Amino acid sequence: MYDWYEIGALDDIPRLGSRVVQTPHGEVAIFRTSDDQAFALRDRCPHKGGPLSQGIVHGHRVTCPLHNWMLELESGQAVAPDVGCATHYPVRLEADGRLFLGLNNVVSLPTAAPATA
Amino acid sequence: MKERLVLVGNGMAGMRTIEELLAIAPDKFDITVFGAEPHGNYNRIMLSPVLAGEKTVEQIMINDLPWYEEKGIHLHAGQAVVEIHRSRREVRAADGTVAPYDRLLLATGSNPFILPLPGNNLQGVIGFRDIHDVETMLAATRSGKNAVVIGGGLLGLEAANGLMKQGMQVTVVHVLDTLMERQLDPVAADMLRTTLEERGLRFLMGANTAAILGEDRVRAVRFKDGLEIPTDLVVMAVGIRPNIELAKKAGIYCERGIVVNDTMQTYDPRVYAVGECVQHRGQCYGLVAPLWEQAKVCANHLARFGIGSYQGSVTSTKLKVTGIDLFSAGNFNGGPGCEEIVLRDPARGVYKKLVVKENRVQGAVLYGDTVDGSWYFQLLRENTDIGAFRETVLFGHAHMADSGRDGFSVMTMADDAEICGCNGVCKGTIVKAIAEKKLFTLDEVRAHTKASASCGSCTGLVEQILAATVGTIGKTPAEKPMCKCTEHSHDTVRAAIRERHLTTLRDVFTTLDWKTPDGCHSCRPALNYYLISTWPHEAQDDQQSRFINERVHANIQKDGTYSVVPRMWGGLTSPKELRAIADVADKFQIPTVKVTGGQRIDLLGVKKEDLPKVWADLNAAGMVSGHAYGKSLRTVKTCVGSDWCRFGTQDSTGLGVKLEKMTWGSWTPHKFKMAVSGCPRNCAEATIKDFGVVCVDSGYEVHVGGNGGIKIRGTDLLCKCATEEEVKEYCGAFMQLYREEGRYLERTAPWIERVGLSYVKSRIVEDADNRKALYGRFLDSQKHAQVDPWAERASGYKDAHEFQALRQVG
Repeated sequence: MYDWYEIGALDDIPRLGSRVVQTPHGEVAIFRTSDDQAFALRDRCPHKGGPLSQGIVHGHRVTCPLHNWMLELESGQAVAPDVGCATHYPVRLEADGRLFLGLNNVVSLPTAAPATA
Repeated sequence: MKERLVLVGNGMAGMRTIEELLAIAPDKFDITVFGAEPHGNYNRIMLSPVLAGEKTVEQIMINDLPWYEEKGIHLHAGQAVVEIHRSRREVRAADGTVAPYDRLLLATGSNPFILPLPGNNLQGVIGFRDIHDVETMLAATRSGKNAVVIGGGLLGLEAANGLMKQGMQVTVVHVLDTLMERQLDPVAADMLRTTLEERGLRFLMGANTAAILGEDRVRAVRFKDGLEIPTDLVVMAVGIRPNIELAKKAGIYCERGIVVNDTMQTYDPRVYAVGECVQHRGQCYGLVAPLWEQAKVCANHLARFGIGSYQGSVTSTKLKVTGIDLFSAGNFNGGPGCEEIVLRDPARGVYKKLVVKENRVQGAVLYGDTVDGSWYFQLLRENTDIGAFRETVLFGHAHMADSGRDGFSVMTMADDAEICGCNGVCKGTIVKAIAEKKLFTLDEVRAHTKASASCGSCTGLVEQILAATVGTIGKTPAEKPMCKCTEHSHDTVRAAIRERHLTTLRDVFTTLDWKTPDGCHSCRPALNYYLISTWPHEAQDDQQSRFINERVHANIQKDGTYSVVPRMWGGLTSPKELRAIADVADKFQIPTVKVTGGQRIDLLGVKKEDLPKVWADLNAAGMVSGHAYGKSLRTVKTCVGSDWCRFGTQDSTGLGVKLEKMTWGSWTPHKFKMAVSGCPRNCAEATIKDFGVVCVDSGYEVHVGGNGGIKIRGTDLLCKCATEEEVKEYCGAFMQLYREEGRYLERTAPWIERVGLSYVKSRIVEDADNRKALYGRFLDSQKHAQVDPWAERASGYKDAHEFQALRQVG
C-alpha cells in the first residue's frame, strides 16, 4: 500500500511545467499537463540520468533536456524506439487542488545509505 | 451514420489517399473500394524488377487482402466500375454491384497508349501497365525468343531490360534518335545506349513502325522502310493516356485528364480525383512523387480539415535498371540565360550535368553516379543559391561535409566506419536498422539509430546510406515539415504568424491545425521564438516552451548542475569583477572556473538552487547575464586595438563594447556571435563570426555569415563602413533580417547559403531605406529585451518555482 504525502497544490506547478519533491526514494518530479493532470516520475532519465523535471512537457509526455529522450508520464516508459523506464509514482489530486504523492513503505526505507567501515 | 466514401481504382494514388485519410480521420467514412485488378494494392513502380526476376509479386504488395478487412474497407477486387450515376450518387460495377456514396474518389489511373497500327489487336501485342501484362510477358519468354519493344522511354527500356534478363532477344524501336528524350540530354542518352547495347539489347533508332504482322498471334513487325523483323511479342511503351472514360461518361468535365482544382476536387464538388487520371493546372503526371503530394492534399480535404493545396510538382526520374545509375530532374536542356556545369569521365562511365541560371539549379542529369541526385533535386526545389560552392558542386554533397574526400561514396566505406560522431553510430548499424526495421525516412533512421540526430552534420551521409539501402523509390524532398506535430514548414508557419496576426501558441495550434495538443520539444521553442520576434510588444514569452537553459538562464551540464557566465563587455573586465567572481566560486564551492573562447569566465558545476544567490552576488558587482546559454547574442570578442596595439588602426575594443551594449538581450534563431578586430591581422577572429568587423585604416570592413563549429565557414564581406555609427546600423539591420527570416536553429552561415549573399546585400546594402527600417525594428524590439534576467530572478520575484523544490517528504 502507499503512504500518501501532501506535497502542495496543483497551482504551485506551472502548466506544462514540473517541480521536484525530495523523498527518501530520491528526487521525484511532479508534472502538470495542459489538461491539469498531475504525474510523478523519478527525476532521472533512464538513459543518462538527466533531470526530467527540467524537460519540456507536451501532451502526456516529457522530453529529457540532455538527449531528447521522450518518456510517457503515465507509465514512465520511454517512447519507442528508445527503450527504458523511469519509476513512476501515483499522484492524487483532491477537489480543492491539493496534491498527494503516494510512496511505497517509506518508513521502512533507510533515509541514507548506512556507513560502512 | 458515417458518411460513405467510394474509391474507384485500387491503385497507388487512390489507396495512398485512403491511407492518408485513415491516418488523420480514421472513423469519418465507411469506405468502399473498387479495383479492376483481382489483387490487393501493389507498388506499380516495382513491376520492372518483377519482370526482371529481381522481385516477386508478393514483395511488391503494399496492402494485401487481410489489410482491407482489418481496416473495415469493403474491397471489390476484380470489379471494374462501369457507371457513375451522379444524381443518385451511386456507382455500378460490371457485375451489377451498386454502391451509394456521399463522396466519390476517382483514381482510375492511365492506359498505355496503343499505336493505331494494323495488327495492334493481335495476340502477343500488349502494353506494360499491370501485373497481368507482366504475367503475359513472362509467359511469352517461355514460349518465344524474340521481342520487340516499341518506345525508347523510361518504361520501354525497363521492359526491354526485364525481357532480356528473362532470356529473350530484344529489339527496342524508337522513333527519335536519342533514348529517353524527356529525361536525358543527348550525351547521357548515348552513354545509356552504349551500356545497354553492351548488355545485349538491340536498338532501331529513328524507326517508324508501319504494321504488326501475323494471323492470330504476332509474327513480325514491319517498318516504313520495308524492313521486317520476326518477333513473338510486341510491347507498346510509347506513353500513357489518362483513363477518363468513366468520368467523361458521367459528365464530369475532362480535358486530357479529369480536371481538378488545387484541392483535387473535380467540377462535381462531391467527386475528387487523384493520380494519373488527373489534369491539374494543365499538367498530367505519370510519375509517383506527385501522386503522394496529391494524396496528402486530397485526404486532408476529404477529412474536411480544409488546409493544404496542391500546387503542382517538379518531378525527378530514376531508371530502375539494375546496374545503371541514372537520374534526371527539371529543365536539363537549358535555354536562354542558362549555363551548364558538366563533369564527364568516360573511363568511369560518369556524366553529370547541372543546368544553372543565376546560380540556381534549374535541372540535372546524372549518369553513372547518382548519389547526389536527391541533393541536387533539393537545391532545385528550394531554389538555393549555389554561388558559394559552385566550384565543387559537381563533386557532390559528401565533398561539402567535413569528410571532403575526392570521389567519395559512402557505400564504399567499411561497415565499422563511424558515420555519426556525436552518437557513435557506424555504417553497418544504420544499414542493418534500415533493412531489419524497414525504415524509409531520415526521421525513422534518426529515431532508431540516433545517427544524425544530434548536430546533424552527417545528415547527408545518412541520407546517402538510406538511399542506397532502400533503393530507388522516387521520393520528393519536399519542403520539410517543422516536426511531426504539423505538415507545415518553418516558413509557412512563420508567414501565418505574421499575416494572420497570431500572438499565442494556442492561436498557432488552432489556426494551423496542429496534430498534437501542446506541440513537442522541437516545435514549441521554435514557435515561441517566431511569436516573440514577430510581435515583440504583444506576444508573451512562454517559459514552458523554452529549453531549460533559457528558462533558468544557465547551461545545464551532464550531471544536472549548471554553468554560469557573466557578461564581460567586449571581453573587458576589472579587478572588482574578478574579485567578485573569485568570491562567488569560493562561497558556493564551484568546482571549475574556466576562461571561455568568447573572452569571458565560466563557472561550472553550480547547483540549481544556488543559481539565484550566485547571480545576486554577481549583480552586486555590476555584472549581468552573458546569455551563454541562449539562442541569442552571445559575445563580442575584441582585440585591444589602437589604444595599445602598435598595429591597431581603430578602437576595436570600444566598438565591440558599443555593439554588445546595443545588441545584448536580443533573441535570435540560433546563437549569434560577433567580433571586432583592430587590423587585418584579425586577432579577434572576426571572419568566423556571425557578424565580424575588421578595422582598416580607412574605416571598417563588415563581414557576415561565418562560424567555427561543426562545419567551419569563413564570412562573406558585406560592405565597408566609414564610421562606428554606420557599423552599428548595419549590425542591427543584419541581425534583424536574420531574426525575421532565418529559420529557428539555423545559424547565419547556412541561412546565407540558402538565401544567397546577393539577397542579403540587396536588402541591407543596396536598399538604404530598408536597412534603416530593419535597424529601427531591431532597436524597437530591444526596448523590451534588455532586462537582465539574472536580476529579475535573483530578487526572488520571478520564476521562484524554477529554483526551489516543491516539498520534502518522508
